[in-house]
Amino acid sequence: MTVTFYQNEANDLDKKYSALCDLLQHGHHVTCTSQTQALQGSSIVVGEFAGDFPQDVEQLSCPIVDLSETPQVMSKLEQSTEKPWKPWFPVIDYDRCTNCMQCMNFCLFGVYGLSNEQKLQVQTPQNCKTECPACSRVCPEAAIMFPKYKAGPINGDEVSEEDLNKEKMKVDISSLLGGNIYDALRQRSERAQSRFAKERDEDRALKERKRCLKKLQKDLDIPDEVLNSLPIPKHLLDDSSE
Amino acid sequence: MSEKPKILYCHCAYSRAVPKEVKMEVLRKLSDSGVNFEAVPDICKLSAEKSPVLKDFAQQEDLHIIACYPRAVKWLFKSAQAPLQQQKIANMRAQQAQEIIDQVMEK
Repeated sequence: MTVTFYQNEANDLDKKYSALCDLLQHGHHVTCTSQTQALQGSSIVVGEFAGDFPQDVEQLSCPIVDLSETPQVMSKLEQSTEKPWKPWFPVIDYDRCTNCMQCMNFCLFGVYGLSNEQKLQVQTPQNCKTECPACSRVCPEAAIMFPKYKAGPINGDEVSEEDLNKEKMKVDISSLLGGNIYDALRQRSERAQSRFAKERDEDRALKERKRCLKKLQKDLDIPDEVLNSLPIPKHLLDDSSE
Repeated sequence: MSEKPKILYCHCAYSRAVPKEVKMEVLRKLSDSGVNFEAVPDICKLSAEKSPVLKDFAQQEDLHIIACYPRAVKWLFKSAQAPLQQQKIANMRAQQAQEIIDQVMEK
């Protein structure tokens, strides 16, 4: 919801600042203005009036919160009970992206898709796993940003020569897996089944799987929660058969 | 006709990516100055939602945006079909609060 904060010289600065922090922290867009014309069309107006509303304010049909009478601004606003989604998702720098689609092939959560013109795009940002920057780490051009990531260039900082050299050294996961992760997984599963049929050493296979996942997790900075939410092999095989 | 505020402040409300002391000091100084400004909880969220609000901001060429890395901000707007023009972007992850305030107040 957009809140219009009517500011004037009578504002108690501490109270005003505290109200602004509260509104923003609770997800409200705030327009701070000293122009009464800007109040027209507001869905809610907050200000400090001491019960003495200017004529333009008094005529408004929207709710008015007077901070001089209600210091806790949020007590007058509807609050969502849902836990807010942390907006964590990839942002593509199209000045760098070469449409190689390694990120799309790598991501198992369907975040990426293609436009009608076959151009890579982020289609379902809400599917992205919070704190997981793994797709940006497989991008050979450093074209994928997560603006809330801790370090550059993934956080949007400029890409340096040094960063690019690191990118060149990356293992090309897509080609390593034969270009299509679903095909590769299916083939690996078939090979493994055939091998287990002969060796029946499932403990060893499990250990190897754990070791590989651990290494991948460390290299790509993948949070535990992401590994725990990976699709189970049956789903991957179903997807690949589609 | 009212003039639109020339400053857009992003609170980066859902993460600790922006140093808290910087964003709080910037917000405090904007608030105390009495200047007209727009404050949004999180540009990333607006971008993910493809909010039309971003289009309104993108059309204001003389807007100062106070957020994070300019490369990220540019493509966040672009991915919401709201390409920026020549707007100036101050970076709360790399600049000091006073430097940002001086920049947007054009001191």
